[in-house]
Amino acid sequence: MWRKIAPGKQAENQQTMLNAPVIIAVSLLYIGLLFAVAWWGDKRADQGRSIISGPTVYALSMGVYCTTWTFYGSVGRAAVSGIGFLPIYIGPTLVMALGWFLLLKMIRTAKANRITSIADFISSRYGKSHLLGGLVTVIAVVGIVPYIALQLKAVSGSISLLISYPEIVMPGRSATVPVFADMSFYIALILAAFAIVFGTRHLDVTERHEGMVAAIALESVVKLFAFVAVGLYVTYGIFDGFSDIFQRVATDETLRHLTTAIPSGQGYTGWFSLTLLAGLAILFLPRQFQIAVVENVNESHLKRAAWLFPLYLLLINLFVLPIALGGLLHFAGQGIDADTFVLTLPMSERHEALALLVFIGGLSAATGMVIVETIALSTMVCNDLVMPLLLRLKGLALVESRDLSRVLLGIRRGAILFILLLGYLYFRLAGEAYALVAIGLISFSAVAQFAPAMIGGMYWRGGTRDGALAGLTAGFLVWGYTLLLPSFAKSGWLAADFLTQGPYGFALLRPQQLFGLTGLDEISHCLFWSFFANIGTYVMVSILRAPTAVEASQATLFVDALKHSRPVGAALWRGRAEVTELMALVGRFLGPQRAESAFAAYALRHGGVAIEALDADAELVHYAESLLAGAIGSASARAMVASVAKEEPLSLSEVMNILDEASQLRTYSRDLERKSRELEAATGELKAANVQLQELDHVKDDIMSSVTHELRTPLTSIRAFSELLRDDPKMHLADRERFLALIVSEAERLARLINQTLDLAKIESGNAEWRGSELDLKEVIEQTVATTDQLFREKNARVELDLPDGLPLILADRDRLIQVMLNLLSNAVKFLPPQVGCVRLTLQPVAAGLEVAVTDNGPGIRAEDHEIIFEKFRQVGDTMTDKPAGTGLGLPISRRIIEHFGGRLWVESVPGQGATFRFFLPFVPAVISTENAPK
Amino acid sequence: MTKKVLIADDEPNIVISLEFLLRREGFEVVVAVDGEEALTKARAEKPDLVLLDVMMPKMNGFDVCQAIRADADLAGMRVLMLTAKGRETEVSKGLGLGADAYMTKPFSTRDLVAQVRLLLGS
Repeated sequence: MWRKIAPGKQAENQQTMLNAPVIIAVSLLYIGLLFAVAWWGDKRADQGRSIISGPTVYALSMGVYCTTWTFYGSVGRAAVSGIGFLPIYIGPTLVMALGWFLLLKMIRTAKANRITSIADFISSRYGKSHLLGGLVTVIAVVGIVPYIALQLKAVSGSISLLISYPEIVMPGRSATVPVFADMSFYIALILAAFAIVFGTRHLDVTERHEGMVAAIALESVVKLFAFVAVGLYVTYGIFDGFSDIFQRVATDETLRHLTTAIPSGQGYTGWFSLTLLAGLAILFLPRQFQIAVVENVNESHLKRAAWLFPLYLLLINLFVLPIALGGLLHFAGQGIDADTFVLTLPMSERHEALALLVFIGGLSAATGMVIVETIALSTMVCNDLVMPLLLRLKGLALVESRDLSRVLLGIRRGAILFILLLGYLYFRLAGEAYALVAIGLISFSAVAQFAPAMIGGMYWRGGTRDGALAGLTAGFLVWGYTLLLPSFAKSGWLAADFLTQGPYGFALLRPQQLFGLTGLDEISHCLFWSFFANIGTYVMVSILRAPTAVEASQATLFVDALKHSRPVGAALWRGRAEVTELMALVGRFLGPQRAESAFAAYALRHGGVAIEALDADAELVHYAESLLAGAIGSASARAMVASVAKEEPLSLSEVMNILDEASQLRTYSRDLERKSRELEAATGELKAANVQLQELDHVKDDIMSSVTHELRTPLTSIRAFSELLRDDPKMHLADRERFLALIVSEAERLARLINQTLDLAKIESGNAEWRGSELDLKEVIEQTVATTDQLFREKNARVELDLPDGLPLILADRDRLIQVMLNLLSNAVKFLPPQVGCVRLTLQPVAAGLEVAVTDNGPGIRAEDHEIIFEKFRQVGDTMTDKPAGTGLGLPISRRIIEHFGGRLWVESVPGQGATFRFFLPFVPAVISTENAPK
Repeated sequence: MTKKVLIADDEPNIVISLEFLLRREGFEVVVAVDGEEALTKARAEKPDLVLLDVMMPKMNGFDVCQAIRADADLAGMRVLMLTAKGRETEVSKGLGLGADAYMTKPFSTRDLVAQVRLLLGS
């Protein structure tokens, strides 16, 4: 159906740049640019200077998620359902931001097992089953090929729109154009060529294609740029900003409903289903698996993709609503399809360059999707459909053929061409049919069927091959019945009463009200029943029988993918093989040269022996198998290795034992690691303790030396005087008496010294006895003063007391406090000037305690000595001031006593102005716990 | 000729006993109670021998000994170090710095007199 729009008053024959030759030239130039970028990327990769080694390229290449369905279709959806287009982007955003660990596990697993497609992933997980890989491939092809067709249709539609410029003619059935005159046909062929050149350049064991990824990342930039450009133009060029558009819509009765949060006709269930579906699609769409898992260079890139890709989605959706609403306002009643607004809005405003840019943006969205999807599907078709069949055909030249790598590449290339032509064919046949127009979500729903087998496989050891087969089959059948067939019916390819009456009139089997389930939109309905069948049969069939040996071992590889530091795969093989045979086998599929270099690399890692001298043990066999798995899929690789090696199958219990051992080894090695960390820590502590001990030893030495010095000094005098007396019986009486008095005094000093040293040692070691009692500090001070009365009188010194009554009691040891006061008083007396000496004692309440001060009018103490005097044996002063009396221990002991009761003892002094020794005692002693300190 | 001995020690009772002992033995005695005074008296009085305590205020015995040995005017002066620190390192340090002999406190007065006489060659 052709719908003509009156061109208006514009000049008819105006010169325009939007004609067929220009469009063809621009398209070819753009695709040429893609070839150039991809070629450059591959070249750089060959030189080892990868251009895709950055996380940004990885995140951008994920933008392949946004196809023409996004580029043109989002606006179409928004024009019908307002923000109803959003779940398609909310799902992936949630998965990337919150569910990235799923992707991480997929990447780690795929790398460890050389998995190159989602079919291979599922097949490998459930015991390397050909059947399962084939089934996944079939589901993927059936679900995805129409999606490829949709891209071609979008390209074709955009071309026909541009060609009819300056008129705006809605693209009708393209079938009216012969195939060979249809530009989208040639575009499909060029894309096939691109996929062949950059997707199957050579067989790589990792199936990575750096050039292709670089081109895809570029395409993501181009389509985002084009979409934002047209968005800005519509919002600020045609209209007067966001608010202008939304105000106009608000005043329009027919459009107002589009600005409500959940537009009518689409409930919360629908939102939930679409979000879930899109979230699963970002993980399991073959092209997403290819880009996010297979092409991943470094799993740390995931970190940036986790926010950059959602940001990309946000940016490309920013202008969807303004363009949709702007288009509805602009083309009100003109019958312009909202899916074309992105292109028709600039066209209607005669903005040719912008229209051309939008066309290129749409082209980039289409080509990116087609290229990656085709490469991903061709790998699956080759490895999981064609190879197993070829390997089964006995007598085929395949077996004798020396080098199969060319055959393999041929199959891949054929598959690419086949898939693209299939897509084109579907597009030509389906045309404007509903089945094609609605394929986006239908396709997503098909891919979602992989979810139970994938997620179950990664987290549940109990899943079996039979369970996965049953679940996938059931889910796929229900999907076909509730979504695909109805879309055929809606396209008129099936009788309409299939939908309304049910098959053969069974109303209970109506495909979109299955078993009477109504009230759901078709996607939610399909998702509910297909997941019910899929998950139900997967779990039920899986638990019917225990996993076999190979299923159990694969399950361990997948479920514990994030735990293994080293794959245990090699441990699960027993048998004999020949190195030469293994290398020949690998060579047949990878090419002899690649095989040889791979084996040489292996030999180098294992002691640098010659390849022939390698021991064909389980590890080498496993290595060979993983090389093959990258090229022909894990199931085929398993079969091929089994054909050259004499294998002894392991029983389930043996596998379990090995896995058990492996996990025990892991536990042991974890324990060992922990132990060695603990040992290191202990060594460090010991070292520190040793250093501390050495310091303490040094201190002890110093103290011993000081103590002996202090002890020897009085002993020296005592011995000298004694000998003098002994040797001189005729000594004068006066001398005799003087010397005897000195001996007595020195002996007293010695005894005091010994007592105080022991006392201090007791206090310091925590062995001192403390008696706590409530006591009146005033009374203690007065008693001490009374006992030292004699000392003051000898020096003719005065004592002044300032001791107020009625102060609170404190908790302390009475004898110890007397000891402190005696020390302070005798210390003060020692330094008093003769005749005019005066000691002043004050007691005063301060915050939370009492403070005692002993002030003398002696020579004072230099500031640098204020702390030294509290050290052991450190008397200061220039002279022999009454030296024999002091032991150098009085102040250190006093300080420790005061501190024991939670107080402080310190000195305040200015040389020449006397000194004040002051201590503070709290009402509630903070520390009386020294008694309990370790002895 | 009467030999002159300088006693340098900060312990008054030791000084008293040494002074009494050496006078009784017929020596002329000079006393210093700290390191600085010891060096000053050594230069002023030019004693034949110094009884030098190690642990003294202001300047320790090692430094005094070193200063005496560095002073050409004081060449030939005998130094007998006395210390309460009897460790080997102290002894060798003192001898290394040029002391003629080293005695550990407490000492026998007879040994001390014998040592002094030996050093003074009388």
